Amino acid sequence: MSDKKQQVSRRQFLNYTLTGVGGFMAAGLLVSPLRMAIDPVLKESSSGDLVNVGLSVDDITSEPQRVDWTVEQVDGWYESEPSRSAWVFKNDNGDIVALSPICTHLGCVVSWEGSEDYPNQFFCPCHDGRYEKDGTNVPGTPPLAPLPYYEHEVRDGILFLGNPISREGA
Amino acid sequence: MLQKLYDWIDDRVDITPIWRDIADHEVPEHVNPAHHFSAFVYCFGGLTFFVVVIQILSGMFLTMYYVPDIENAWKSVYYLQTEVAHGQIVRGMHHWGASVVIVMLLLHTLRVFFQGAYKKPRELNWIVGVLIFFVMLGLGFTGYLLPWDNKAYFATQVGLEIAEQVPFVGEQLKILLAGDASIVGAQTLTRFFAIHVFFLPGALFALLAIHFILIRRQGISGPL
Repeated sequence: MSDKKQQVSRRQFLNYTLTGVGGFMAAGLLVSPLRMAIDPVLKESSSGDLVNVGLSVDDITSEPQRVDWTVEQVDGWYESEPSRSAWVFKNDNGDIVALSPICTHLGCVVSWEGSEDYPNQFFCPCHDGRYEKDGTNVPGTPPLAPLPYYEHEVRDGILFLGNPISREGA
Repeated sequence: MLQKLYDWIDDRVDITPIWRDIADHEVPEHVNPAHHFSAFVYCFGGLTFFVVVIQILSGMFLTMYYVPDIENAWKSVYYLQTEVAHGQIVRGMHHWGASVVIVMLLLHTLRVFFQGAYKKPRELNWIVGVLIFFVMLGLGFTGYLLPWDNKAYFATQVGLEIAEQVPFVGEQLKILLAGDASIVGAQTLTRFFAIHVFFLPGALFALLAIHFILIRRQGISGPL
């Protein structure tokens, strides 16, 4: 028996093993509850499919028109069909543009030429926020970012829209 | 009769010292409003706790009617508010008490701050107090959603967007709170209910216990 060797006493040994075993048991007990709590964070967000909004491409003009449609939304165990809207038009290049009507200021709904004082602009009635036709916010009015645009696709001459994509403020 | 009952228990488990430790202790003259009226400022902490007790009791009774489900939450609150005898009063206690707690808590904090009562050796209790403050704000935020009316919904929308602004983990934090990446809905309501009724009260009890034990250990800070 060498005196230099660090002996572990019976008491220390029991302390370590019991703490270790207890720790493992506590950890084992907590794994499932924690994994359950963070499940929404780790779930892959199903980027919703594009939806037929019932508008023929031929009917899209350079004048923005309001399109309303519904999407199928699954919220856990709760399924619903909330409505969506967009302002759809062809820009100067002939490309289809679908803008979200949700004001980037405080979330009211904007209208094309919603105010007689501001022709050729989107107008928000809540705080007089304004946007140019391409959705850029007019400086000096409340919104600080352009209107979001919907990802879109044309299938068999019919317009399909997806999720709104936010744009950074200028 | 009561004395006999007490004696019977005390004989066996000797509860008098426990009782003495909890409730029977001297109140220094400088914190006693009977001696100096201005000492009423020392009451704010106790008043905060008093209102917290009201919140716990009224909240327990509210859950007898409330359902954390988006179809029924608002209806259950409406029923409780309009059809149940005294339901309006119990919900009123919880509703107004929530604001009174914050007011009392701020007054208590101001007293401790301006009297410098947080200084050594009581720094730790200040920290615990700040944690209690955050828990209280969390309780207010999560409780606000539960009636599931327009105000509740949009206040939560705003709150979640604020959480999203946290650097690096904001997005995950928001989903963790809302239960869904883009929807404020069924899963948000159950989560907020669980946080409001179980998680935060649990944290609150633990922190309050530490808060009070530290006060008894260190005593109330001396006169100015």
